[in-house]
Amino acid sequence: MSAYYSSILYGSLLTIAVSLAALAVSVVLGLLGAAAKLSGRTALVALATVYTTIIRGIPELVLMLLVFYGGSIGINTLLEMSGSGATLDINPFMAGVLTLGFIYGAYMTETFRGAILAIPRGQFEAAAAFGMGPVQIFLRITAPQMVRYALPGFTNNWLVLIKATALVSLIGLQEMTYLAKQASAATRSPFAFFLFTAGLFLLYTWASLVVLRKLHAHYSLGTRRGTL
Amino acid sequence: MNWEVIFRQESLALYGEGIVTTLWLLASSLAVGGVLAIVFALALTGPFVWLQRIVGAYTFVIRGTPLLIQVYLIYYGLGQFEWIQARWDNTWPWTHFKEPFFCALFAFSLNTAGYTAEMLAGAIRETSVGEIESAQAFGMSRFQVMLRIVLPSAMRRTLPAYSNEVVMMLHSTSLASAVPAMLDVTAAASRIYSDFYLPFEAYLAAAAIYLTCTFCLIGLFKLAERHFLVHLAARTH
Repeated sequence: MSAYYSSILYGSLLTIAVSLAALAVSVVLGLLGAAAKLSGRTALVALATVYTTIIRGIPELVLMLLVFYGGSIGINTLLEMSGSGATLDINPFMAGVLTLGFIYGAYMTETFRGAILAIPRGQFEAAAAFGMGPVQIFLRITAPQMVRYALPGFTNNWLVLIKATALVSLIGLQEMTYLAKQASAATRSPFAFFLFTAGLFLLYTWASLVVLRKLHAHYSLGTRRGTL
Repeated sequence: MNWEVIFRQESLALYGEGIVTTLWLLASSLAVGGVLAIVFALALTGPFVWLQRIVGAYTFVIRGTPLLIQVYLIYYGLGQFEWIQARWDNTWPWTHFKEPFFCALFAFSLNTAGYTAEMLAGAIRETSVGEIESAQAFGMSRFQVMLRIVLPSAMRRTLPAYSNEVVMMLHSTSLASAVPAMLDVTAAASRIYSDFYLPFEAYLAAAAIYLTCTFCLIGLFKLAERHFLVHLAARTH
């Protein structure tokens, strides 16, 4: 019995790995998306708008099934057509990370875009007047300030992403939810196992909230808030 | 790509059945969850601290755990208790816990109630002091102020956030396919995939259906906002 609990506990490491890897993908896509949306170039804006609109209109589960089952067939068809004998299997971890990263990249795009827009325009003009290039402006002016504006939205996205990792169990990744389901099929106490898993998720979301709140306080140093 | 399989009559009928299940599941869980949410929001903003704590703990747990696990807890988990097992063959209402649709509906309603209650409670707390004071000046009781002034105004102001929740809920109904014997849009796509081994076509069709539903819902909410939030719109002369 306790072996099942420890296996679920061990599976939580995989949950953490999937969520962090997906977060990394989504932050990169989010930054690219925000840059595209703010670039003012018609083609880039249109591309980013199509990305965020379509992704946010389709359930995560459907996209995940599409990538996992459709992706491997698609890639192997392409490989076959190119004449190489190689085959590529998309494993559940990769499919989960890529799909979740791709989906939350769309949400991050909107969060980051709003955060960048919240920075006064004059600062960019001043930085440009000092002769800074785009990279320098991003590192010195944009990034440090957008963190503060983006953190509330980022926190929301992250909490939703953590909970969405449970869906990866449906394409066979052996994370907590998958192991809990197996344990409950093998024993007669499904409620206990699912409750234990729910508790672990709660711990994870709660711990993230504590860390992100600290981070928010850190990045808000020196800002004044009006009081009523 | 082999789209003929998707547009065969049998496949279309399967998707059609899926759409009916998905929309029915969405509408009924929003209805049940909405009523619960109003009760919970009143408890969260009400005068009883112990009630605030209990409902606060409830929304914390609901919002901090995945919906899939909540569905599993209800569908698979409740069978663990002999007390329920003894009743679910013949004693109402426990007989319902053997039906997949009821279990999904139950889980989804409790879930959306948790999220909506917090939104509504936030809007109730943000009600402007002037509105409440003038209602009191008219001699309305606490109950009347709540029923006539605060709730209608708070519900209207929750509308934009609620439209997000409804779209999220539409997407969440795809989890019903994780419960065996439920045929929603996602489950219909999975069945067509396993029958014909055409994952791209099957899931793309499902994605298109969800996308259409999402846009329709967003459009409906835009109309509703235009109607119910006129008093908050920017003034134009």
